Amino acid sequence: MKRINLAPGASRALVYLLATLMALWVLFPIYLVGVAAFSPRQVIYEWPKAIVPRTWSLETMLFFLNSHGVLASTRNSVLVALITLAISLVLGAPAGYALARFPFRGRDTFRILVLSTRAFPIVILSIPLAVSFIQWGMYDSLLSVALMHTALALPFTILVTSSVFAGVPYDLEEAAMTLGCNRLQAFLRVALPLTLPGLAAAAIFTFVLSWNEVFAAVILTLRNRTLPAQVLTVLNESPIPFRFAGGFFMLAPALVFIFIIRRYLFNLWGRVVK
Amino acid sequence: MNLKRINLTPYLLLLPSLIFLAFFFAWPMIQAFTLAFQSGDGQWTLAHVQRMVQDVAFDDALRTTLILIVAILPLQFILALIMALLVQARLRGAGLFLYVFAIPLGISDLAAGIIWFSIFTERGYLTSILHSLGLIDKPFIFLNYQTPGWLYLAVVLAEVWRATAIIMVILVAGLQSIPRDYLEAAEVFGAGLFDKVRRVILPLLRPSLQVALILRTILAFQVFAVVLALAGRGMSVLASEAYRWYNSYRNPNVAAAYAALIMFLSIITTVLYLRALYTREEAMKL
Repeated sequence: MKRINLAPGASRALVYLLATLMALWVLFPIYLVGVAAFSPRQVIYEWPKAIVPRTWSLETMLFFLNSHGVLASTRNSVLVALITLAISLVLGAPAGYALARFPFRGRDTFRILVLSTRAFPIVILSIPLAVSFIQWGMYDSLLSVALMHTALALPFTILVTSSVFAGVPYDLEEAAMTLGCNRLQAFLRVALPLTLPGLAAAAIFTFVLSWNEVFAAVILTLRNRTLPAQVLTVLNESPIPFRFAGGFFMLAPALVFIFIIRRYLFNLWGRVVK
Repeated sequence: MNLKRINLTPYLLLLPSLIFLAFFFAWPMIQAFTLAFQSGDGQWTLAHVQRMVQDVAFDDALRTTLILIVAILPLQFILALIMALLVQARLRGAGLFLYVFAIPLGISDLAAGIIWFSIFTERGYLTSILHSLGLIDKPFIFLNYQTPGWLYLAVVLAEVWRATAIIMVILVAGLQSIPRDYLEAAEVFGAGLFDKVRRVILPLLRPSLQVALILRTILAFQVFAVVLALAGRGMSVLASEAYRWYNSYRNPNVAAAYAALIMFLSIITTVLYLRALYTREEAMKL
């Protein structure tokens, strides 16, 4: 990895100071809502609030989790995210593989077509889709939300998997084929194992995308809410402890997932750019 | 081996995603326009668009969305550039800094709105800190539609906090493709940090900046849950109006008119950006 020498010598200290300040800018708000989420109820209503907590408690978090609809919508969110990542990978990975491996007519056109979907506010398409889903009798189902989320994730999955496959030399597959594998076997036994970490990172990112998405989810569901849709619809009428615990509960997976995929971020986003 | 035969394999591999995108991307896009511009009996009409434009909330929603974009994007790009340079600056623990800077990438707009609500709410952390500094002696209401300045500030900070990470990642990827030689050459000629950034890094980073700009602008036109979490009904943007017309008024036609408007604005902006940057590149070649 190429590095840029920002400033030599004594001003390195300043660079570290700046980096630390930036890190605090990101972390401090998360810390604050975390403190609120694990404070007992009456502490949350206290003012002025203590920045360093004196007591820890699961009361607020349990109050949120036991609130009406929260557990069911959490389950829905996980299911929608899993369906989304399954469909996106099953549809997108073959397309990504084709882009990475075959020089065929129309390849650039297809790549540009996929890239240009980024110029459209895809989430907004959930309004016409909702009307269609009502006509097709699919409204308010987890599958319909997952299909919408797949539309959101698929262009991304295609481009990312294509860059992941492009990262494994084709020679390896060719070698396997000269040793008697057919194309599918060469893919399954040679290319797939090598690309598995990259594909897993793409899958995790798709999961996060779906887990976080709220506009389409709230438009496309009525009773079968996903977690963000459920929280959003009751948010402005709900008590403060509910909001703080809900906010932390929804962001917590990001802390883990981003850590797991941090090495792949540039493959995920950087290469998509080209 | 028969070279004349066209290899069908790549097309078969692409077909499923093409069909899917036709169904769930192209089709609803067309549907958005028919919903917005057709009456119930299939006649073309501007009635829904008129209803949208004449609604009392329309002007506010459009203005607020545009103001937010103008206020948020420059801040995000400055912050993202600083973060990207820091990640690439050969620091100890650069991996840890990268992780921390990238965390908001995985946090939803709704959760980000709630995080900043905990800070800006009347009896929240900001008033507590101000109190401990002796600046105020009783809770202060920031998030009120009667003090729009504070509302804007809260929404801008929350959006800058949340959505800077994606620009940072795109810029780091761009920085990684800048050859070391260029920067070393600049150093040989005595360029300081600011000269290096201005004369070497920024020009070479232009493709990444362009992509990030387009991506962020399109996402900014859809700003939604952050506003709802922080302002409730005290502030309306285009996407929240679309949601309200669909959900509260049960009128998918006007909601689709909003969707069509957001789409129109996104496409116009993309084309304008591309043209502005394209002509400049052409001019440089001449």
